[in-house]
Parts: sequence; structure tokens; C-alpha cells
Amino acid sequence: MTFWKRFSSNRGAVIGLILLIAVILIALLAPVIYPGGPWKMVQRPFLVPFTTDGFPLGTDTLGRDVTAGLVHGARVSLLVGLVSTLMALLIGVPLGALAGFYGGYVDEGAMRFTEFFQTIPNFALAIVLVAILQPTLGSITLAIAIVSWPPVARLVRAEVMSLKRREFVEAAHLAGLSNMRILVSEVLPNAVSPIIVMASLMVATAILLESSLSFLGLGDPNIMSWGYMIGAARTVIRSAWWLSFFPGVAILITVLALNLIGEGLNDAFNPHLRKGRT
Amino acid sequence: MSLISTILGRLVKAVITLLAIAVLNFFLIHAAPGDPAAVLAGEAGAADPLFIEQLRARFGLDQPFHIQLWTYVKNVMMLDLGYSFRQGAPVIELIADRLPATLLLTLSAFVISLSLGIALGVAAAARVGRVSDSLLTTLALLFYATPLYWAALMAVLVFSVQLGWLPGFGYETVGSGYSGLARAWDILQHLILPAMTLGLFFMAVYMRMTRASMLEVSQMDFVKTARAKGLSGPVIRRRHILRNALLPVVTLAGLQAGQLIGGAVLTETVFAWPGIGRLMFESLGARDYNTILGVFLVSAAMVILFNILTDIVYRIVDPRIGAKT
Repeated sequence: MTFWKRFSSNRGAVIGLILLIAVILIALLAPVIYPGGPWKMVQRPFLVPFTTDGFPLGTDTLGRDVTAGLVHGARVSLLVGLVSTLMALLIGVPLGALAGFYGGYVDEGAMRFTEFFQTIPNFALAIVLVAILQPTLGSITLAIAIVSWPPVARLVRAEVMSLKRREFVEAAHLAGLSNMRILVSEVLPNAVSPIIVMASLMVATAILLESSLSFLGLGDPNIMSWGYMIGAARTVIRSAWWLSFFPGVAILITVLALNLIGEGLNDAFNPHLRKGRT
Repeated sequence: MSLISTILGRLVKAVITLLAIAVLNFFLIHAAPGDPAAVLAGEAGAADPLFIEQLRARFGLDQPFHIQLWTYVKNVMMLDLGYSFRQGAPVIELIADRLPATLLLTLSAFVISLSLGIALGVAAAARVGRVSDSLLTTLALLFYATPLYWAALMAVLVFSVQLGWLPGFGYETVGSGYSGLARAWDILQHLILPAMTLGLFFMAVYMRMTRASMLEVSQMDFVKTARAKGLSGPVIRRRHILRNALLPVVTLAGLQAGQLIGGAVLTETVFAWPGIGRLMFESLGARDYNTILGVFLVSAAMVILFNILTDIVYRIVDPRIGAKT
């Protein structure tokens, strides 16, 4: 069976993929759909959803269009989710690979370092980092990357440790390839599929983390985000439920889509595991 | 390895980790934009240069870097986490004041998420492939993707605002004058929504794990043997499968419990729960870095303590764990 066939035999994964593509399209087209941006006050405040033409999801406390906020908020969620995951991979993959490949003191040191970051409650560390570095898109992304890399390092280390004893690696040694060359061009390419699965789940977690930070008021003040919308509406939850409700649904759908895709990828990469699951 | 030496080893490791966090905090203070003295003073000192000068001398900020570091770490180890100018009290006192509420909330959330997660996971595994199984699995998938704080807000909206069943705000009814059992009952009612919403995510995690683990163990040979000798389904499930399936779930739960403290910042913010998470949120707005870093350190200490406790419990419950390492 081809990879796509295996992936698409998981119904949830296909639904996830469709949802994610929809969110990506909305994010890309945001400036076209709402060229005025999400900050403009366009109607009277507290407009109830489904009552006024052109403002299907109502307006917020300052008369800004909730739909415009949602559409523009998709951009920051996806961007931060993606970039922070790439950064976490850039930290975790080399660290785990070196630890697993060289073993001994390198492994010991790297794993102690990883353990330290795993012990620290990661959301609290993210809060501290963003609060101290001041909330900007860059500091938020960096903070999320810093709290997300340890599981990557562990995964890559375990993969490399099991791969390095395989025959093709021994053959590469005999052929006289350097250690670095073997690690990068022989061992790591074989560890790519579990890393991809983990990365797709990490993007989901990163989106949740970003929205949680924004909810606490630690978002970039110049950028509309879903977490910020909920945080700003928190105090008026009793009178204006829709201000917190719709952004939450948006986060839920995006995160759910990514989780479903992650599971589908996992099934597609490990066809032999599928039977045992049900 | 004997239990005592294990505990000692873990304690030494814990102290090293806390020292490392103190060093990290020190560097973070210096990474903040602006003068460290102004950072330590928070808003209070921003206007007065003389006051900043006094602070600089008092905290040794005019000393060489390594001496500053030493002073800071030494202070932290003696539980001096600095002074919150914003709140007008030493940080350690503020935290000590708020810690019991956070412990009550996170421990309740932990117990709820673990017990419900295991129960639902077992139920789903027993009905694998049927409608009720897919229903439970879908539910877990949804909870797994729900932002914690949003679940909390929606719970307030439904159970407190719409239905009026439970209070959605605070730790106890203010000015009620309850005492004894009546007070405990009042606090319990206030606790339900925050603890449930904080535990929701982990409930989903534990449920999925329990289900997978139950299904995996049920394929093993000793289960076939039990079936072959004619034991009934429920007995096999309870005595043979469940007992073996629980170990990985409980191990993971012990390791992850610490993350609940991070989530508590969100839950306590939504419910105005007077714990250290709420303290951290209040300090964010005030740029009260001493308090923020203090809460960070204490929450890490709680995580470490909890990990040691669960480790000890496992070694007593299941001697195999100690034998393996």
C-alpha cells in the first residue's frame, strides 16, 4: 500500500487534514477577506452573533468584528506553532542524536540537561521567559521552543541508539565514512518518520501554549490572537459569551486537526502496528 | 539499591536541580531589559534614582558578577526570595500564604483525572469497537484538544451562570462566617469546577493510555491461559489485565502530575482561586519579577517533591522497579 493510501484509510486523519487545510487557507487569505485588519472598530460594541448582516459572530467590547479577529488570529497561531516546533527540533534533534550516537559522557551530560528541563513545569517556565524577555512574537516562539524540545531529544536519542547497532551502519564504518557523515546521512534519515509524527503533535501543543500565554496577557500586543480574544473577554463572560466561545472553538478545531493528522501519520508510518490497536 | 539510599540520591539530585533553577533565575533577572535593580524593584522603584541606588547596594548589585550570583543563590537557598514591592511583603510569605489553596486544587485535579481517566479507559477497552467505545474515544480526543482556560470559562458559563448549580468564583463564600463542616462543604463546592477543568486534559491522556494498555495486555499469553482455565471475563479483566495495565499509566501520571501546577496558573486566573498561580498572574500585570520568579522556583520544587514521593510509593508497591535500575 502506498503511504497516502495508508494515511487516508484513517478517517479521522482525513478529517483532520481537511480541517487544517481550511484553517491554513483562512490564515493565508485573511488580508483579502478582512483587508481592514482585526483592530478596527466597525460597529457598536456587544453586537450579538447572527443578528446583524456582515457581522455573523458579533462584535467585541470595543465594537471590533469577532469574525475578523478569528480570521487574522489564525495567522499567529499557525505561525508560532510551526516556527516554535522547527526551533525545538533544531535543539532536540542534534542533542538527542549526539547523545545516542556517542554515548558515554556525552550521553550522560546531554540527558542530565534534558532531564533538568523536563523537571521544570514547562508552562511556568514559558510564562517566566516571556514575562522577562517582554512579549513579542519572537520571545513567545522562543519560549515555546525552549519548553518543547526535551521529548524530541529523548525520542531521537532512543532511535539513534537502536539504529547505530544495525548492519548498514557497521557497513558504513567499514567503508571508512566519518562518524559525523554516518550520523547525518545514514542514521538520522532512518529516524525521520517518528520525528515527523512527534512534530505534528508538537505544533498542536505549541498552539495551545501560545493561546494560553496570550490569554494571560503575554501575547504580542500588536498582533490579534485567539488566546488574546478570550483573555480580553474573560471579564464579560456573563454578558457576552460569544466573545470567548468562538475563539475557543477555533483553537479546539485547529489543535484537534493536528492531533488527528499526527495519529494518521503514525499509522501510515507503522503499518504493522495498526492491527494490534483494535 | 535500598530504599534509603535511593531517597538520599533523589534528594541530592533535587537540591542540585533547585540550585540550577536559582542560577537560571539569576540570569533571567539580568536578561530582562533595563537595570537589574529596577527589575528587582518592580514598578515601585521606577521613578526614584536614589531608591534604585539603595537597592543596588542592598542586593550587592555593585559587586562583581560572580559575587552577585553567589549572593543570589545563597539567599534563595535560605528561602529568601526577595521582596515584593508591589504587595509590600516578602515573596516567600506571599507564596506560603497561597500555597495551600494551590495544593488542594492540583491534588484534587490529579486524583480526579487519574481515577476518572482509568475508569473510562477500562470501560472503553471493555467495549472495544462498539459505539460506546468510539464515543468515549472521541470525547477523549476533544478534551485532549481543548484549551484548559477555555474549558474553565465554558464550565463557569454553563454550570454557574446558566444553571446556577455551582459557584464559579473564589475559594469560599465571602462573609458567610461558616466554620467546621459547613465551611468544608462550602470550599468543596467551590473546588469542583476548577479541579474538574484543570484535570480534564490529563483525564483524556490517562484514558487513552489505559485503553491502549488494557488492549495490549489482553493479547498476552497469561491472559489466554486465564481464559483457557475457564475464568470469567470480568475476573480476568479485573485481576489479570487491569493490574498489569495500570503500571505504565500510573508511572506516567506520577511524572506528569507536576505539569498540573503550570496549568493551575490558568485555572486559578479564571476562577479567582487564591493560589500561587493567581499570584503569578497578578504579578505579571504589575511586572513584579521577584514574585514571578519566586512562584516559578516554588512550583518547580513542588514538582520535584511530588516526583520523589511517587517514586518512593512505587518502590514500596512494586519492588520490581527498584530491582531494574
